[in-house]
Amino acid sequence: MSQELFTNLAIFVLSLLVGFEVISKIPSTLHTPMMSGANAIHGVVVVGSILVALEANSPLFYTIAFIAAVLGAINVAGGYVVTDRMLEMFSKPKKDNNNKGGEQ
Amino acid sequence: MSGLMTTVSLSYLVSAVCYVMGLHMMRTPKTARNGNRLSSVGMFLAVIMTFIVALVNHKASTTAWILLVIGLVIGVGYGVWRARTVQMTDMPQLVSLFNAVGGGAAAAIGTFDYLSRPSGASLAFAFSFPVILDLIIGSVTFSGSLIATGKLAGKVSGKPITFPGAKLLNALVVLVILAAFVMTIWFPVNVWTLVVAIVASLIFGILMTIPIGGADMPVVVSLLNAFTGLAVAMAGFVIDNQVLIIAGALVGAAGTILTLQMAAAMNRSVANIIAGGFGTGDSGGTSTDEVPVNVKETSADDVGVQLAYAKNVMIVPGYGLAAAQAQHEVAELAKLLTDNGINVNYAIHPVAGRMPGHMNVLLAEVNVPYDQMKQLEEANSMFETTDVSLVIGANDVTNPEAREPNTAISGMPILDVDKSKSIVVIKRSMSTGYAGIQNPLFSNDKTSMFFSDAKKGLQEIIASTKEYLDQ
Repeated sequence: MSQELFTNLAIFVLSLLVGFEVISKIPSTLHTPMMSGANAIHGVVVVGSILVALEANSPLFYTIAFIAAVLGAINVAGGYVVTDRMLEMFSKPKKDNNNKGGEQ
Repeated sequence: MSGLMTTVSLSYLVSAVCYVMGLHMMRTPKTARNGNRLSSVGMFLAVIMTFIVALVNHKASTTAWILLVIGLVIGVGYGVWRARTVQMTDMPQLVSLFNAVGGGAAAAIGTFDYLSRPSGASLAFAFSFPVILDLIIGSVTFSGSLIATGKLAGKVSGKPITFPGAKLLNALVVLVILAAFVMTIWFPVNVWTLVVAIVASLIFGILMTIPIGGADMPVVVSLLNAFTGLAVAMAGFVIDNQVLIIAGALVGAAGTILTLQMAAAMNRSVANIIAGGFGTGDSGGTSTDEVPVNVKETSADDVGVQLAYAKNVMIVPGYGLAAAQAQHEVAELAKLLTDNGINVNYAIHPVAGRMPGHMNVLLAEVNVPYDQMKQLEEANSMFETTDVSLVIGANDVTNPEAREPNTAISGMPILDVDKSKSIVVIKRSMSTGYAGIQNPLFSNDKTSMFFSDAKKGLQEIIASTKEYLDQ
């Protein structure tokens, strides 16, 4: 096994463990935004899209790279915006009996 | 390592830390929004650094640059537009759509790299193994998520679709995928291996998702979310990029935990849900529209009287409320009651709505104060002092059968609505919930049924309540 593969494999396994550990026990209230937030994070695939796109040099590869760029960009941009929109609703003034109004 | 590469690697590390911290902060409502923002800052950093390294290192053609920029602009534009305009009730299908595109992008990266290898070349295990996993998982997620999106949006039937020979077909497709897997790892590069792997995986994604009912779809979306994470991590192995590996693994693990918790809240196992043929959405296949004799029907007028003279009202929202988009009407009714000195609270079951936590999002959208939303245990301690429980489009989560052994929902935690003094159920018909069983709550002596669409019914109730309150 090459050194490179071993390093990547170690990173992969440890990241899995961190993932399990960091979100044990989420209140069900937050399941939907949480799923959406995780969804945005796998939008990191756009980084891969950018890297392969620049190696393209024929119509076939241009096409595949273009598809990867569009799909990745939808995932990352849409994912973060929609999660933020959802969470914005949770952080609205909780007790606005004192007529603060706010900027809603 | 050159100075630039060191900077890039360190930036990727900072990005990864942002994702982990961000996810961690999303565990509580207070810090959730900042958590997501922190994660997005990390993402922005990773993208910018990638661009910088690309500008310096790659000798990319002008065409490649132009196509990349156009692709990104189209993707960002479409993504942001959908995210900004989506109705809160349609959230689940949008999340599912984003899973599809993420999985699709990962599969496209795998395809690109595999095809870049000269035909007939033999591949190192370190490349062939992740690339075939990337292709399989990415493609399954892509087609499976699109079907899930269609089901949630009502474009594909929400009912479980099964057909004779489905199991045999599934087994065949799995065999083909396995064959492609073996071919990729132990045989030289061949375009047909790739085509077969992708087509078979796309078919498998469809076959896997169509037998699952609409009500179970959220768990499937969450599972596909985890799949996408893994596909992205595999893409990271393929192009030797650590930030993809870290973020992908993180989402893979987080998505798995979330899936297990969702399934637990529905008292089902993930395997049982994937086996399918069970969830039927809000109108059960075994439903009957006939009203049994022992069920008491009521009118908006009567509900208005009950509410106007109550002291404590508990609103129990469910799937029907989300489907009818009646959250504005609920909030209006609640405001009318609270303005007249009546206590109003909401009893929210963990799996009420279209996906866990969805009901809280809908109610938050119409400015329902957070402290009025009572979670299961707190709500259950309040039902005994509740004068009127208003059940809106909820069914299984209130079914007392869950306390009995040997029913489809035995052991599922429920809202003890039957302990309140009077119960009004707004529902379109007597049809069963996704569990497909009758609900004895509806024939309880204290229960009256108001057959109507949630939105229309609530508008009538608001009008009649107003009349009695004004008297």
